[in-house]
Amino acid sequence: MSELVEVNNLTKFYDKKKLALDHMNLTIPRGRIIGLLGPNGSGKTTLIKLINGLLVPTEGEILINGKRPGPESKGCISYLPERTYFQNSMKVSELISFFADFYQDFRPERARQMLANLRISEDARLKTLSKGTKEKVQLIMVMSREAQLYILDEPIAGVDPAARDYILRTIISNYSERSSVLISTHLITDIEQVLDEVVFIRDGRVLLQDSVEHIRESRGKSVDAFFREVFAC
Amino acid sequence: MAWNLDSDRPIYAQILEVIQLRIIAGQYPPGEKIPSVRELAAEAGVNPNTMQKALSELEREGLVMAQRTSGRIVTEDMEMIRTTRNQLAREQVQMFVDKMERLGFNKKEIVALLEQMEEGEQLQR
Repeated sequence: MSELVEVNNLTKFYDKKKLALDHMNLTIPRGRIIGLLGPNGSGKTTLIKLINGLLVPTEGEILINGKRPGPESKGCISYLPERTYFQNSMKVSELISFFADFYQDFRPERARQMLANLRISEDARLKTLSKGTKEKVQLIMVMSREAQLYILDEPIAGVDPAARDYILRTIISNYSERSSVLISTHLITDIEQVLDEVVFIRDGRVLLQDSVEHIRESRGKSVDAFFREVFAC
Repeated sequence: MAWNLDSDRPIYAQILEVIQLRIIAGQYPPGEKIPSVRELAAEAGVNPNTMQKALSELEREGLVMAQRTSGRIVTEDMEMIRTTRNQLAREQVQMFVDKMERLGFNKKEIVALLEQMEEGEQLQR
């Protein structure tokens, strides 16, 4: 069986001038929770958009289950973008029907359970919700799909610590040996215990891909402390 | 016994210690089932593969046993639980002695101080 995601020699220029990804190589195996870590402007979101087929590579390729991004890969990737894209006039309940129509693998009962646990009313209109609550709703929708790959771009930045714990626990209990989760974030301390591996990227290249346990063992420090050292300004 | 995990040590070793302590303290009694990997991982907020690794190590040590059907049970070998308890106690005492030696106490002085404190407590009562 081919790897879940293979990134080969991937290069992306914006406007022929700005180099965002520079001949990047990366493999995402099945059954892992992986942190995508790097400073602002290092290429995290560009890579994520390329995997989702929202951008086209300048050079190189991305293979998901051995195939290039397309309708098939969109059917098995559940993506949380860094910005919300929902219609503000929609109710939470309408959003659930919307997702159920759109994605075959969406599980409405799972979404309703999580909304109830976080005490978010299905009758509420999105525009009446706070920024943090809107982010929670969006993450619940994304995690309620039975996808092979979950890609979460800055999923916990705007939510309070208690909800953050709930979200991380949700990611852990959703975990299966067939699916993987790719999380991009700056808040390393909060998530490093949950991760199998981390990928450090800088200037559009992979600087390092290693397991969290190996970094702690060999460096005697947390991934967060190691990140600060590697990316010291 | 909560999962207070340090940020600078391997997570695997730390969750191993917590589960050992829970077995020694009887929170997971001999012969009883312990929670599943997924439940324990969610409770501790750690990666399921890391939890799996810790439980496999406990299995290798013999403190827990895989059941034919599903899940794991705590050993009923009380001798093994006692041995693990003594081993952990020795490690704790060693750490304490190391700290005291850094403060300039020798073993005799440490024992004298312990006895002195014991008497003080008895006087207070």
